[in-house]
Amino acid sequence: MSWVGRSIRRVEDPTLLCGAGMFVGDIGGAAAVRFVRSPVASGLIRAVRGPAYTIADLDADGVGNIEAVLHRPDYVRLAQPLLARERVRYVGEPVAVVVGATAAEAEDLAEQVELDIETLPAAVGLEAALAPGAPLVHPDEAESNVMLAGEMATPELAEALERAHTIVELEITSGRQAALPLEARGSHAVTERFGGRTTLHASIQAPHMIRTVICDLLGMPEADLRVVAPDVGGAFGQKLPLAREDAIVVWLSRRLGRPVAWIEDRSENLMASWHSREQRYRLRAGFNAEAHLEALQADVAANVGAWPCYPITWGVEPLMALAELPGPYTLEHYGVRSRGVASHTCPMSPYRGVSRPVITLALERLMDIAAARLGVDPVEIRRRNLQSDFPHISPTGLRHDEGTYREAMELAVSHVDLRAFRARQHAARAAGGPQPGIGICTFSERTGYGTPAFAARAMGVTPGFENVELSMDPSGYVTLRIGASPHGQGLETALSQITADELGTDPSRVRVVASDTDRTPYGWGSFASRAMVLAGGATYLAAQKLATQLGSLAAEVLEAAADDIVLADGRATVVGTSVGIEIAELARIAHHHTQRLPAGAMPGLAAQAGYDPAGTFSNACHVAEVEVDPDTGGVSMRRFVVVEDAGRLINPMIADGQIRGGVAQGIANALLEEVVYDDDGNILTTSLMDYLPPTVAEIPDIEILHLETASDATITGAKGLGEGGTIGAPAAVLNAVNDALAHLGVELNEMPATPERVRAAVRAAAGRSPAGENDRSTQEAPVR
Amino acid sequence: MTEISAADVAVPVVLRVNGDEYRITAEPRRTLADALRDDCGLTGTHLGCEHGVCGACTVLLDGEPVRSCLLFAVQAQDAGIRTVEGLAAADGTLHPLQEAFWRHHGLQCGFCTPGFLMLSAGMLESCPDIGDDELREALSSNLCRCTGYQTIVEAVQSVRDAGEA
Repeated sequence: MSWVGRSIRRVEDPTLLCGAGMFVGDIGGAAAVRFVRSPVASGLIRAVRGPAYTIADLDADGVGNIEAVLHRPDYVRLAQPLLARERVRYVGEPVAVVVGATAAEAEDLAEQVELDIETLPAAVGLEAALAPGAPLVHPDEAESNVMLAGEMATPELAEALERAHTIVELEITSGRQAALPLEARGSHAVTERFGGRTTLHASIQAPHMIRTVICDLLGMPEADLRVVAPDVGGAFGQKLPLAREDAIVVWLSRRLGRPVAWIEDRSENLMASWHSREQRYRLRAGFNAEAHLEALQADVAANVGAWPCYPITWGVEPLMALAELPGPYTLEHYGVRSRGVASHTCPMSPYRGVSRPVITLALERLMDIAAARLGVDPVEIRRRNLQSDFPHISPTGLRHDEGTYREAMELAVSHVDLRAFRARQHAARAAGGPQPGIGICTFSERTGYGTPAFAARAMGVTPGFENVELSMDPSGYVTLRIGASPHGQGLETALSQITADELGTDPSRVRVVASDTDRTPYGWGSFASRAMVLAGGATYLAAQKLATQLGSLAAEVLEAAADDIVLADGRATVVGTSVGIEIAELARIAHHHTQRLPAGAMPGLAAQAGYDPAGTFSNACHVAEVEVDPDTGGVSMRRFVVVEDAGRLINPMIADGQIRGGVAQGIANALLEEVVYDDDGNILTTSLMDYLPPTVAEIPDIEILHLETASDATITGAKGLGEGGTIGAPAAVLNAVNDALAHLGVELNEMPATPERVRAAVRAAAGRSPAGENDRSTQEAPVR
Repeated sequence: MTEISAADVAVPVVLRVNGDEYRITAEPRRTLADALRDDCGLTGTHLGCEHGVCGACTVLLDGEPVRSCLLFAVQAQDAGIRTVEGLAAADGTLHPLQEAFWRHHGLQCGFCTPGFLMLSAGMLESCPDIGDDELREALSSNLCRCTGYQTIVEAVQSVRDAGEA
């Protein structure tokens, strides 16, 4: 019986269901750390007065600066201090730090710290930061706010655009968003009184990587720092880069010789953790008469905030846009300039999907607009442009393995019954009032990539491989130690299923150890839809090795050929016979009766393996059905369909959970969530009354269908799908909103499509039409 | 100005939680959530926003779901408090809601889960036949960032339908 492919219940859940999880804020027993943060977006620090540590204290202890590097000629190198030195560059930047006996006392102490800052002009939004004469974020290191600019073009781009039958030009923008894990960030450090080893518990995604970068900064050997990610209450990319605060918590615990903890509050999290996705894309696309996309020229600008994230750098959003914008289409001629633009705002980190939600929004709006211009159905234009010959090599050299781009779309469209929808829409248009709309989005999700892909980014620290260590103890139970660091995805359960199949045992006999640098092999953690592919692949390989050891031992004991041994249902059996032995008994022999081992065999049962693939592409089609009230600008979700192809599913229930959660975030990104600054750089969205994650009232049930394309790009056949929901949903929703209002001439290419923006688009369309909008609300206040 | 230390203003408070009595000393400004977590050691009640929006800190106060981050510990002095730690039976048997969340994959990271469990328990105990619309309305009190909610709704509906809560 195979465990892979079954929706078994998660091994992670009972602890969490009983409130017995151990999140970093649950550890306790530590003094409270509180950061004093800049109240202004840009300024010179004249003095810091009060009972606080500042950069001078870090300097005196020889603590280093963060130096995020991309090895490319245009990259502006910066030395980022752990606390602001001389200058503040965004509201919320940590300037000083206090330690109190309790959180309340630390807050009281922080209130006593006086920051004397001379306010300077700030460059806040993308256009303001790009404007000539804009205030510079790093005036000593760079002559403009453009911190990196990537460019490429295929040889015949200009000619291809020249000969195009139809040119479509389009500008799309994405508001700034926050990943918003429900548990904010936090860390807790204890330094041993003798020996000086420090243990850091932190709410993070990549414990080994964080150990490396903190030890680099503090000048300590990695063997002296144990990093543990205990239960982590969501992350979505925000807990991948180094938090300056975590490094300071380690420094404080070593300096003070007492346990200290920093538990981020929600206002800090919204103001000063990391933001994402403030981007603008200008596309110029050439289609031939058959609606085939022949050429695409793009100008991408990403507001990357005041500092790079480390070690990922602020290249991650603009350079991903550059590399992956051609998407799932057979585009041949492509050119792009993509810039990362610094501003006096919170720094950016990757957030679920990184740039792909905006890439996909750009491409899918382009397809719908081109379809309308060329008189082709939105399904048909995609049918003509989607990849169908594999492997497909993109204009930027990405290799797309086997996928089902067209098949997924055809299945989605037939599932929603587009014809019936159009009939309802026709009736609603005649009736007036709220209008239904439907939107399609097809996309690829690049997943499961290891060192080769990361090396191409030329980061100072190159992530990639995953390692696992697998052992069977004398009782026949299995311990799997992994370098990945799951935090809610259900990876422990899925890996136990893979292990159980290879060893012929039950998943309940597998224990997965993760997220602790003392107990696991070096690895890169959980991000980029990679853990199932990489940790899963390494687990599969290690389990095969252990199965071979069990097989050899069984052959010796049963006096059979090793090739004839079958491991299943907890027994090693000679194929075609009833002769066999319990695996648990073999485990005893391997440890306690080693005289019976085959000649040359090592005592014990243990194997390790690593996996480091080039990567693969999942694909999906999302269909969103919305209802839009043209009078209020309100959008409500009516239906959402996903056809997903992520290869082989290890645990379909877990896969569906990833899709649903991702889609919910994507819908919210499309309609609700936006970090807002005023022109001076004051952040206006520092509570959950202002920044609006969705509730159950805004998220419809999500219908999921699967295709499972076999691919040789991953060793288990599983492709990874953690980000796809968030990648596809915004474009599907925006296309649906535009479809709902198409009869009014509305074109809305900005997310989130808040009621204000929908109303503005309705008014703009009315202004363009000769009759104007006969509407009472044309005198509304301008959109912020 | 004279410094007033917390110890000068802390007052004795008796909290009755899951049938146990906790005699603590707390400043009047101490929230019920902090008292449960730090003074009673019941860290299953989580803090996601501390301003009453996310609902991760939901506990039952005399049977009513409340935001423990918006109450002071002193306000809970004479009430019966229930937290997630009190849901499962003493022998470890899971509460039907816990079983249902497990079966329906109604949790991923598990941070919001205690709040959703207590919200659902209070809702189904006071309104065992609650309709689907009202059930969704009630569950919209709390935030989950992982699941997209559908499986949480399904889990709670299944307990309602079985009349188990």
